[in-house]
Amino acid sequence: MSLKDEVILITEDGRRSDGRRWDELRPLRMQVRVLKRADGSALVEMGGTKVLAAVYGPRESHPRHLLPPDRAILRVAYRMATFSVEERKKPQPSRREIELSKVIREALEPALYLEEFPRTAIDVYTLVLQADGGTRTASINAASLALADAGIPMKGLVTAVAVGRIGNQVIIDLNDLEDKYGDADMPIAMIPATGEITLLQMDGTMPPDLFEEALKLAEKAIRIIHEEQRRALRERYIRIKNEVLGVENDKRA
Amino acid sequence: MISELKREIITKLEKETIFSLLSEGKRIDERGLYDFRQINIIPSLIKKAEGSALVELGNTKILAGVKVSPARPFPDEPNKGIFVVNTEFAPVASPIFEPGPPPEYAIEVARVVDRAIRSAEMIKLDELVIIPGKLVWMINIDIYTLDDDGNLIDASMIGAVSALLTGSIPKVEIVDEEKEEIRIIKEETQPIPIQDIPVSFTFAKIGNYIVLDPSYIEENIMDSRLTIAVNQRNQICAVQKGEGGGFKLEDILLAKDVVIRKADEMRSIILDQLAKKPRGDKAWEEIKGE
Repeated sequence: MSLKDEVILITEDGRRSDGRRWDELRPLRMQVRVLKRADGSALVEMGGTKVLAAVYGPRESHPRHLLPPDRAILRVAYRMATFSVEERKKPQPSRREIELSKVIREALEPALYLEEFPRTAIDVYTLVLQADGGTRTASINAASLALADAGIPMKGLVTAVAVGRIGNQVIIDLNDLEDKYGDADMPIAMIPATGEITLLQMDGTMPPDLFEEALKLAEKAIRIIHEEQRRALRERYIRIKNEVLGVENDKRA
Repeated sequence: MISELKREIITKLEKETIFSLLSEGKRIDERGLYDFRQINIIPSLIKKAEGSALVELGNTKILAGVKVSPARPFPDEPNKGIFVVNTEFAPVASPIFEPGPPPEYAIEVARVVDRAIRSAEMIKLDELVIIPGKLVWMINIDIYTLDDDGNLIDASMIGAVSALLTGSIPKVEIVDEEKEEIRIIKEETQPIPIQDIPVSFTFAKIGNYIVLDPSYIEENIMDSRLTIAVNQRNQICAVQKGEGGGFKLEDILLAKDVVIRKADEMRSIILDQLAKKPRGDKAWEEIKGE
């Protein structure tokens, strides 16, 4: 019997290892402007997964001849803190981090009007402070908030979540255990404003009917997460508005 | 601040303002010359780390985490545990940090923090032995800069010390001493054995003035930098002069007096914050956007 068989991911009465139902998200907490020096920043918590994102730019970059004359370049670095995982991760970027940086960049790019900032670079840094599954999706949620917080024009926020499978059951927002021992893990990112899916990966196996079910479940969850992103941004700009108008901070505003 | 990195542009007006305020004994953020900024510590917020602390020194923010793992001892010290301090200048922290290998300054910060902890004998290394001569605990202290508004050395020092003070080591059962087989019982832990709490103070020399705990804008125009760390008995346990420029002997003695005067205050702020702040999931609620 392998370790995989010993781990109970979902009980007979449909409770997952952390007590959630199949379609239940982990507690979400999102905040923007958590850093002073960055042009835009955000902290996103999806249960035990905590990701910090910072945006710098649009700004000059060298060597200048590598900057296209008709648009900005987007650079993304996804990194995990050494202490974010059970066994200490070496600080040097792994192949996994390099790949994830690339797919996150490609998930964000379609949402941006890069042509507005020719010959500049926009740098997005995401740092996983604590990992409990879904670090790339939390990174995308955080990065897109940080981009908006930096005032970079966007077609819409990019929102991401992972769906997966345990046996015949589709599940949403996988934790670490489900990610490791589940039958499939499928991270998805979308621009809810346009309906474009900008990231889609999967490992494990997924029968075709469940695949469709999983995509639909993800879309539903993305709408909820997107609402939370909007709330986080709105909260900040209401605070600014009140400051400008000299109104005391008022949650009802 | 960082000689080999680009310095950020600072306007002549800001520079002149800083100087004219200094001549009246004042600073641009309204502190006194020898005041350090407010310290805020959020302990034990990383579940996967054996110890952790988020430290704010004014607007400067760092996150320190401790990981412990069994390792082979150094041949010259077979019955002592090991600790390693490492700083990651995460590019989230500043427009001039870039992803990639650590710049010189990051290595300098880590080594100063390491020296202060080592010289103060903060950790009882001889209590970190698992199998004498063969297996000991290695404590990795990793410090991530999150927001650089100056004085990363002192912020990192507070972070390292706080993460160690919140840190724990799992219980170990020796299965076979010959084969070095052990079983780690994660559920049963004991605190990292600590016997001293060093604190550090960094000064900037700006023209003829000496200021404590320089902010980013002050680091940008400083001529030189001096860090002094002391242990619990007020013995100096690390000194580092950084950047070009130099200090006069009386500057150094003045700085030393300030350190001796302030050390207990900083130490009790650290202990007080660690004692009263919520930990774990509650700790995250302490982090708020602007």
